[in-house]
Amino acid sequence: MKEHVYDTVYLRGKDFEEGNVLFETWDPNARYAWDTGVGMSRFLQELKAGRLVGAQCSGCCRVMVPPRMFCEHCFLPTDAFVPLQDTGTIVTFSLCYVTWDMIRIKEPQIPIVVAIDGASPGMGIMHLLGEIEPDAVKIGMRVQAVWKPAEERTASITDIAYFKPLEQGGSQ
Amino acid sequence: MIRQVAIVGVGWSPFRSITPSISYKEMMYEAAVQAYRDAGIDPRRDVDSFVTVAEDFCEGTSIFDEYVPDQLGALHRPMHTITGDGIHGLAASVMQILTGRFDVVVLEGHSKASNILTMPYITAFAMDPVFNRPLAANPVFIAGMEMQRYLAETGTPLDACGQVVVKNRGNALINPLVEFGAELTVDDVLLSEPVAEPLTRLQCADHADGAVVMVLAAEEVAKTLTDTPIWVRGIGWANDTFWMESRTWGQAGYAYLAGQMAYRTAGIKSPRSEIDFAEIDDVYAYKELQHLEALGLCRPGEAGMWTLEGGTDLDGEFPVNPSGGSLGGGHMLDCTGLARTLEVVLQLRGKAGQRQLEDVETGLAFCWRGVPTTGGAAVILSN
Ligand SMILES: [Zn+2]
Repeated sequence: MKEHVYDTVYLRGKDFEEGNVLFETWDPNARYAWDTGVGMSRFLQELKAGRLVGAQCSGCCRVMVPPRMFCEHCFLPTDAFVPLQDTGTIVTFSLCYVTWDMIRIKEPQIPIVVAIDGASPGMGIMHLLGEIEPDAVKIGMRVQAVWKPAEERTASITDIAYFKPLEQGGSQ
Repeated sequence: MIRQVAIVGVGWSPFRSITPSISYKEMMYEAAVQAYRDAGIDPRRDVDSFVTVAEDFCEGTSIFDEYVPDQLGALHRPMHTITGDGIHGLAASVMQILTGRFDVVVLEGHSKASNILTMPYITAFAMDPVFNRPLAANPVFIAGMEMQRYLAETGTPLDACGQVVVKNRGNALINPLVEFGAELTVDDVLLSEPVAEPLTRLQCADHADGAVVMVLAAEEVAKTLTDTPIWVRGIGWANDTFWMESRTWGQAGYAYLAGQMAYRTAGIKSPRSEIDFAEIDDVYAYKELQHLEALGLCRPGEAGMWTLEGGTDLDGEFPVNPSGGSLGGGHMLDCTGLARTLEVVLQLRGKAGQRQLEDVETGLAFCWRGVPTTGGAAVILSN
C-alpha cells in the first residue's frame, strides 16, 4: 500500500521561478466600525477628558476597569461609574524585541498591565511603558499615565501616550 | 429521541437595522437577562453548558468564543462557539443534553451586521479563492443565478416572488420585535431597482442587528421550570456541494435533506398535515418558495401559486413566516435561524401578540446559511 496519496515531490526554488508550482493570492477587504456601547463609550469619553473611570458592581462591589455594563461574576448590571486615579502598579510586563510585522528592534517596546489605583485589586488596563531603561522595569513598580495634549485626544486608549515610572513620593 | 429536550426560556434584543447605542456584548446581555428571567434560572448556578454561534469574519474578532462568556454569565463554565447558524447551534445544544451529562444548556446567537463596513467582501470570503473570487463580482449574483434557474425549472411566476415580500413585510407590520414592516404591492417589489436579475432590491432582505438567547432543558428539569415547555421534536441539517460549477441550482437539496432528517427524528410522516405553520428562510424572496418545496410542504413548482392564492398568509391554511421572516425582520447573519425559531416558540406558547395563530401545536423553523452556501438546518417544535 502506498504511504501517501500523492507521490512525494521535493520542490526547489527553480520550480517556483519557472511556474511549475502555482498559487493564488487574495487581499482581504475586511473593515468594521464597532459600536462601543454604554460602558466602553463612557470610558473613552473620560479618556478624552484626561480621566480614568471604572464601573462598580452592586453585588460584589468590585470597581472594574475598563468599565462594563455587567459584572461577569455576579451577572448583575452595573450602573455606577467611579472616578479612578491615573496611577497604578505594574502587574506584569514584557520586553518585546519584535514589531508586530516581525521586524527586530534594538530598543524594546514594553507592554504592561497596570492595576489602576482606585479599582479593585488586580483590575487595570494594558498599555506601554516609557521613560525607563528596559533593565529597570519590575513587577510592582509604581507608574503614572502620560496623557497626550487635550487637542490631540480622540476618545481612544491611545489618548494616554504611555505610562512612566512614578517618582518617589507620588500619590497613592 | 432518547431524552426529551424542551426550550424553557427565550430572550432577545430587538431586531433593528442599526443599534449604535449598545455594543454587541450589551446586546447579548440584554437577551440573556430576559431569557434567564423567562426560564426562572440563575446562569451562575443553574446552567451546565453554553453554546454560541458566531463567524469570526462577521465579528471582526478571531477566536470569538473568548469574547462570549462574560455577557452570558458563562465565566468559568463549559462553553463553546460553533461557526454555524443558530439552528446548528440548537442541534449542538440538544446533543449535549442527550449525552446525559448536561441538563440545562444555553444557546446564543447575535448579529451586529451594521458594524461590518465591507459586507460583500466579507461574503466573498466564502467563495472559492481560485475559481470564483478572481471574477470580482458581488456575491449577490449567486442568488440571481439560483433564482433564474428555480423560476425556469418550476415555471413559478415572478409575481409569486413579489407576493412573498408583500406578505412577509405585511406580517412584520404587526410584529414589534422587527422594523422592516411595510405595505407594498407586487409591482412595488418587482419594479424596484434590479440587483442581480431577476432579483430586485425589495426581494432581498436588508441586514439587521439583534440577539436571541434560548434556555434548553432535559425533560425532568424542564417540567420543574415551566408549565409551557416547547419540545424539540426533531432536528436535521445537511450541506450540498460548494461547487458553483455543478450544484443543483434550481432546487435546495440541502433543505430537502435537512427536512427529511428532521421529520425522521420527529417521527413525522406527512409534514403538510402534521405541521401547522413554518418560519422559513426568506433572505431572498424566491428562497421561501424554493425552501417550501424542498421541505416537502408543497409539491415542486407549487409554492408560487400557493403563495399567490394566500395559502401561506397569516390567515391561510399554512402560515409561513408569521413573524415577517428575514424580509420583514432583517437578515441576522448566524442569528437568522434563531430569529425563525424564536417566532415558532412564541407562537406555540400563544404569546405572539397580534400575529398569534390559532390552535397551533407544531411548527417548523428552517434556516439557510446564505450565499454562497448550500447548507441549512431545520427544527420541529411542539407545545
Ligand atoms: Zn459583581
